[in-house]
Amino acid sequence: MGSLQEMFDTARAENRAVLIGYLPAGFPDHEGCIDALRVMVESGVDVVEVGLPYSDPLMDGATIQQAVDIALSAGTATPDVLSTVAAIAATGAPTLVMSYWNPIEKYGVDAFARDLASAGGVGVITPDLTPEESGPWMRATDSAGIDRVYLVAPSSSDERIAVVAGATTGFVYAASTMGVTGTRTTVGSAAGELVARTRALTDRPIAVGLGVSTGDQAAEVSAYADGVIVGSAFVRALLDAPSRGAGLDAVAALAVSLAAGARRR
Amino acid sequence: MALASSDSPELAGHFGEYGGRFVPEALTAALDELDATFRSALVDPAFRAELDWLQATYNGRPSPLSEARRFSAQYCGGARVLLKREDLNHTGSHKINNVLGQALLAVRMGKKRVIAETGAGQHGVATATAAALMGLECTVYMGEEDTRRQALNVARMQLLGAEVIPVTIGSRTLKDAINEAMRDWVTSVDRTHYILGTVTGPAPFPEIVKEFHRVIGSEARVQVLERVGRLPDAVAACVGGGSNAMGIFSAFIDDPQVQLRGYEAGGDGVETGRHAARFSGGSPGVLHGARTYVMQDQWGQTVPSHSISAGLDYPGVGPEHAWLHDTGRAVYEPVNDDEAMAAFAALCRTEGIIPAIESAHGLAGVMRLGRELGPEAVILLNLSGRGDKDVETAARWFGLDGASPEDGG
Ligand SMILES: Cc1ncc(COP(=O)(O)O)c(C=O)c1O
Repeated sequence: MGSLQEMFDTARAENRAVLIGYLPAGFPDHEGCIDALRVMVESGVDVVEVGLPYSDPLMDGATIQQAVDIALSAGTATPDVLSTVAAIAATGAPTLVMSYWNPIEKYGVDAFARDLASAGGVGVITPDLTPEESGPWMRATDSAGIDRVYLVAPSSSDERIAVVAGATTGFVYAASTMGVTGTRTTVGSAAGELVARTRALTDRPIAVGLGVSTGDQAAEVSAYADGVIVGSAFVRALLDAPSRGAGLDAVAALAVSLAAGARRR
Repeated sequence: MALASSDSPELAGHFGEYGGRFVPEALTAALDELDATFRSALVDPAFRAELDWLQATYNGRPSPLSEARRFSAQYCGGARVLLKREDLNHTGSHKINNVLGQALLAVRMGKKRVIAETGAGQHGVATATAAALMGLECTVYMGEEDTRRQALNVARMQLLGAEVIPVTIGSRTLKDAINEAMRDWVTSVDRTHYILGTVTGPAPFPEIVKEFHRVIGSEARVQVLERVGRLPDAVAACVGGGSNAMGIFSAFIDDPQVQLRGYEAGGDGVETGRHAARFSGGSPGVLHGARTYVMQDQWGQTVPSHSISAGLDYPGVGPEHAWLHDTGRAVYEPVNDDEAMAAFAALCRTEGIIPAIESAHGLAGVMRLGRELGPEAVILLNLSGRGDKDVETAARWFGLDGASPEDGG
């Protein structure tokens, strides 16, 4: 299993962006999620983000809410997320968890970091945790040897970006627009400006997420960012597919097209 | 950031280990702007003057303090019960106090649009009212379940020119309305202020909402001293998110001889799991931007709450209440649906006041407390709202609409 840093170094050497793909654990069901994530890795996704389904996902739009609802209704719980991570990490792709804060706090901050590391996970993205509230989490991630990833947004001041970039390890997650997750027809100019402002303040890799759903958009973002994060588009592909097999085919085709985009910077 | 205030451990938005800010980074700038605007407004005499003027000439403050003589004698063991009449405010509840303050903050920030979540609809009506008064666009998010049980308030908001969006995800109640309002705000924050309706949410909301409800406690303190010649033995209120309680508690927190009592919704009974008793049936966690007591399962997933009262039907509670609970300064107890409805009926028949079902939880608490403290005791209750919106629910409960009464009715 490679580290995030190695992945970003490799991509940089190959003059391309890292492609990061997301699905919530337990969607469409436990095995179905693992199958889809494996297909994504085989089809060009470099880094996997396994979502921890949470009852109150206030940064997520309708598509991911629907997927999370399906996962939670089927009883998906934190140990299922960790076993999903273990299955995907075994493919060799660096595997992260994306989780709202309360489930981590409830599991136990140190226990979560440790158990994720044991499962082969390399880090955690926490969309509603700010560096100011992160004292115990920083100690836990440091001692477990996993990365912690924080977000910057178009509304973030330079001062704020410096704080976030100083707290993050692995990479900085740049939210492309002011809004929630979901596919959009355009990525918008705010993302490029945000990456440029962040670049001036940190040497860490910067990945752009929110609203990227096509190969062309991936190419557009790869022109200025080190990584492209795609979530809702993969979820949508599975939701819209008439059958399990068709879903996997759609996910594969999307990953191929996004990976090609990430190489067309 | 936040300054320490005299009666709370407020430091950088925290109350002991509770409170804080657990939000997407996209909202940090807006919360900082709100914080700065709030602090500049507090020390601006013109802001104060405008708010006080609205409170007096538009809202009808000060609200009266009523003696509940027959209610006291028949149901409270003879203890002297004084009702702080927030039900007589314009729009029918305490919610308008906070809304007028925050709407002025929105204008001060140059925002043209306000959004709100609402459970019982009282906060939504108050927000729609202030938006009409100040010429702001207004969108209110309300759980679909609540649009049904508080249909009167949906019509009121629409008459006032607000757009009401029923929320059809999750438990379809207040918790989900807050999620949707937050999502709207993340997307529209450059021109929109989110008027949060209770003392929850990320800092500085708990502090702001408390500040604008302080007027309840400061008026009541003066009124009780004038009327009785001494401080009350206990101050009581129902606790949903906790704003009416925080408003009336605020003037008595520094008086250790005054007991503070909060009554949360026990629903069908805490033992049934169908309730909204965060202190009896929840544990510390993070919900809607703050660390506080939350109804959650072993994995930290929010457990849906249940109450006959839409305004108390919320799985979290204001972080300062969590702190008051842990320090023992305030005591919180559940009141079940049937107890609350019995108190509702009692107040109607003994005092000629139809209370909101939320407030009826406080009345039921005072019925217990009066018998506990005895006839010498003076108890101040925040009667947070009137029951017009609940007439249909009550009629069904008591079997007055030709239908058969619900269990316990
Ligand atoms: C009349 C009334 N009382 C109480 C509440 C509960 O809110 P809080 O605990 O913030 O006062 C509501 C909420 O809608 C209400 O309408």
